[in-house]
Amino acid sequence: MKAVHLLAAKPWIWSWLAAAVVWTATVAVTGGAGAFGLTQAALTFAAFSVIVGTGQMFVITLGPGNIDLSVPATMTLAGTVALKLMNVDNGMIAPGLVVALAIGIAVGVGNYGLIKLLRIPPIIATLAMSFIVQSAAIWTNRGLRIKPPSLLAEFTTSSTFAIPNMAIVALLVAVIAWVLLEKSLYGRWILAIGQSMAAARMAGIPVDGTRFATYVLCAVLAALCGYLLACFSGGAALNMGAEYLLMSIAVVVIGGTSVAGGDSNVPGIWGASLFLFLVVSMLNTYGLGAGFRLIMTGLIIIGVIVVASGRRARQP
Amino acid sequence: MNLRLPSETVRLLIPALSLTALLAAVFWLQPRAMSYIGLNLLFNLAVPIALATIAQMLIMAVNNLDLSMGAFVSFVACVAATFLHDTPLLGWLILLAAIAAYAALGVIIHLRDLPSIVVTLGMSFVWTGLAVLLLPAPGGQAPEWARWLMTAKPPLVPMAIVASILIALVGHLIVMRSSFGVLVRGVGGNERSVERAGWSVLAARAGAYGLAGAFAVAAGIALVGLTTSADANIALRYTLLSIAGVILGGGEFVGGRVSPIGAVIGALTLTLAGSFLSFLRISPDWQIGAQGAILVIVLALRLLLNRLENRERRR
Amino acid sequence: MTHKTAPAHPIIEVEDARISFGAVRALDGVSLAIMPGECVGLVGHNGAGKSTIVNVINGGLTPDTGRVASNGGALERYGINVARAHGVRCVFQELSLCPNLTVAENVRIMHRNLGGAGWRGRARRIIGESLDRIFPDHGIDGDETVGTLSIAERQMVEIAMAFSDAGTPPRLVILDEPTSSLDASLARQMLTHVRRFVEAGGAVIFISHILHEILATADRIIVMKDGRIVAERPAGGFDANSLFEAMGSVAKGAAARRQNRDLAAAPIVLRQTGSGLPFTAREGEIVGLAGLSGHGQTEMLLKLHALRSGNWRPRRDPAVAFVAGDRRLNGIFELWSILKNLSVASLGDLTRHGLVDEKAEEARAESWKARIEIRTQSMANPVLSLSGGNQQKVLFARALSTRAPVVLMDDPMRGVDVGTKQEVYRIIRSEAEAGRTFVWYSTEMEEVCLCDRVYVFREGAIVAELDGDEVSEKNILAASFQGAAA
Repeated sequence: MKAVHLLAAKPWIWSWLAAAVVWTATVAVTGGAGAFGLTQAALTFAAFSVIVGTGQMFVITLGPGNIDLSVPATMTLAGTVALKLMNVDNGMIAPGLVVALAIGIAVGVGNYGLIKLLRIPPIIATLAMSFIVQSAAIWTNRGLRIKPPSLLAEFTTSSTFAIPNMAIVALLVAVIAWVLLEKSLYGRWILAIGQSMAAARMAGIPVDGTRFATYVLCAVLAALCGYLLACFSGGAALNMGAEYLLMSIAVVVIGGTSVAGGDSNVPGIWGASLFLFLVVSMLNTYGLGAGFRLIMTGLIIIGVIVVASGRRARQP
Repeated sequence: MNLRLPSETVRLLIPALSLTALLAAVFWLQPRAMSYIGLNLLFNLAVPIALATIAQMLIMAVNNLDLSMGAFVSFVACVAATFLHDTPLLGWLILLAAIAAYAALGVIIHLRDLPSIVVTLGMSFVWTGLAVLLLPAPGGQAPEWARWLMTAKPPLVPMAIVASILIALVGHLIVMRSSFGVLVRGVGGNERSVERAGWSVLAARAGAYGLAGAFAVAAGIALVGLTTSADANIALRYTLLSIAGVILGGGEFVGGRVSPIGAVIGALTLTLAGSFLSFLRISPDWQIGAQGAILVIVLALRLLLNRLENRERRR
Repeated sequence: MTHKTAPAHPIIEVEDARISFGAVRALDGVSLAIMPGECVGLVGHNGAGKSTIVNVINGGLTPDTGRVASNGGALERYGINVARAHGVRCVFQELSLCPNLTVAENVRIMHRNLGGAGWRGRARRIIGESLDRIFPDHGIDGDETVGTLSIAERQMVEIAMAFSDAGTPPRLVILDEPTSSLDASLARQMLTHVRRFVEAGGAVIFISHILHEILATADRIIVMKDGRIVAERPAGGFDANSLFEAMGSVAKGAAARRQNRDLAAAPIVLRQTGSGLPFTAREGEIVGLAGLSGHGQTEMLLKLHALRSGNWRPRRDPAVAFVAGDRRLNGIFELWSILKNLSVASLGDLTRHGLVDEKAEEARAESWKARIEIRTQSMANPVLSLSGGNQQKVLFARALSTRAPVVLMDDPMRGVDVGTKQEVYRIIRSEAEAGRTFVWYSTEMEEVCLCDRVYVFREGAIVAELDGDEVSEKNILAASFQGAAA
């Protein structure tokens, strides 16, 4: 009874349990061989979902209607421009990173600027923004595939103490996000806004400032992810962000964060990211194709939301 | 005060003006576009987008949003290029089941009060998955009749224009003129008072979703008729395009304020934006960007107009 | 009673209805019968039970005990649809139309059995005829979207809708403050129609804060107070003064009245001008906002708050703190513990390098728990585990624990038990002695009488300022209701 209570209080445990089950099921087929490789691959690929998912989580925490659709475009633009600027030169790694993050800041400022100035829902503001950003990415890319600087390519694809570097970066991001969400004043503010914007305002919370910071944070994390992903995959591709739009939302939902806002958690993002990758490899091992994987993912998302809606009555 | 335009007309003004302006610019840049073939080329791809936009609009009329529109249209395209071509009866049954699934979604979303964005997000994976199962690689073949329909050459006015007008008209009749349309929009406007008058909001929402499914099915078939073959990702862009189209056409996210004619105009505007840039000799890279910019400009214009209108009313 | 109709069965008869919402007894044994051919005026101050009885009659609420009958027969399973079938119609204060639909389309929604080809024309005709009958020269077209109509025009449409006939003719129309947004001539047209409707055998229940309308229009006036009917007479038996007397209680507020304090020398800390008299508040003063609910008091508080708090950056020194009345809407953070709910407004003082000092937070919460006696085992419990009164105490502690010199209170004592109220009154008094300013909107006369100075609101504006001994129930009622000496 107590255990059940604990599970209900910590919704992220489910995603970790699910990831563990799928991992076991996959390893069981291969008879233990490849367990290490599987874990490494899962950690690496989950890392990217974790970074974008964390940003999306902060936005979703702000309450119903808050969502950032410009994530994939931001990733693509940041990756493209950074690689172009660095131009395979190891000395330019830091400026490249700075420019990528600056792009994130610019997109975030633009997003909230549109929301506020045009008084439109975030979904349409970030949608319009994503169109513009995506175009800018296409324009800078021009079909050229510039390789990342060798040091960076090496860093993103290798491991330290058998842990993929990408996973370490994502872990770092997650730890910072956790401190922000659970321990900081800012975290309290976004959680309060997500529960009730009116109550937050009446409690003296600077609502606009907080929301603004959140949209910028989300875009910056997307830019960081784009930068790393482009280096990891040996060059920026125009569609490299595409799958991360739905993925970033999916890991947030499966991770146990409430889409009604005000109730988020960071560990769930990791659990959900690992789980989603492991499902792919499991179905691959069983010889099932991408179709089944997608259907499973969709049904899981719907299942999670149906179960979660029973957890507490939502306000309309 | 004595000359009050119906607000429905005012709502259509900006979209209509932006389309006219864009069209005029295109004709000015490229007079040859002002012909039967030219117009058909300009607007050909708009037909499936317009249908998908109407579908999205129906969902938005009940204060929901469908993030699976693109995936669903792709799925329908795959069904049309395979089953509907090879075994039409089975194909139609599948499509009917898909429409029923849409209505069922409306029921679930209403009964459990779920956020439509997340549920349809999940469905987008499901539809894409089914599409991948049907057509792992691009291929298939459009049914003859769909091909014929989309390439027909009616006298005087090209097919793309005829189809767009027809879609707008049908949409208008259903959504703006019929009792069912009134009920659906009423749910978007003031769900409580609709319920208080004794209607079933559940049925209204399920009906809106089902009808949206039907329009989306039409969009998929039209798309295959144009492209002759399909693949699982053929229409993924439609999700965002359809939302943008509804907004461009004067629709709003909440409050049941939608306009089918506007939605079709919005879809045409978005399609035209790309051609306009290519006539300007600006690289097609900026096509999507132009769609975004148009969206921003139109929304800014609308805000301005609303403010003026409010000031007028306060006086 | 009327003798015009031979079989005088009441259209609706409520017998001994009782309803409680938690600790609040909204209806305490109300019986009334509405006969065909009469207009019943219903008056009472806030919380008297007017809206509750209206909701019982229109089927929206089922009384805990008591019964509803119609035409002499008791009605089992009385509800909205049964009420409508008996011809009961209601015009609410809040808008019940769909703003995105046209007038005719709204008629279609309201009258379910209007369907079939050509419904649009029928709907237009029905509403047009009704509008023409009530408000000649209304100038409203059936094809106009409701959202583009002015507030007065919307109200006219609502009224016309209630009196319209599309299958089931209206027999009893309930008008809840129907003239609040109509100008004088439109109000007169409506009242004339009410008389016409009543003469033709219909019945009307009429609620208004404009007493001369009631006195002139109603056949019979029912005065409610504290969920009970305290007076019921033919309209001729009342005048404005006797209505005030009936609505008021016998010097109940006077006992609680605090001694007058001379604050003329204290500096002014708040100043606000709007429509009506200007508003000021001095240091250490308790300023009351009174009047019937929904006449602009909450808007005033929200304005005072919005103008003095940062929306983009937090203020170093908060200027105002707010205590919500509608806890669910803008007070409680439902997912949080008591602790977090209490500390949220003063976190700025408990933060180091952007991180919340949890030890200090807990210490502060414990001290407030002791000070205002929040009844819970642990402050880490969810806030929803508390009773309503204790939740309200948490909101008080939230505001009082800030350094803000001014506390705005939006009728926070609604539905709070007597014991808690007394505790909070004591805290407010001691905080005011210490120099804090309170701006207190209250719908309870007893609380308003605790204030040093009171502004009375009517129709969105301050219409009276009462100072010291002028703060009395009689004066407040006289200012809240218009037309005492018209």
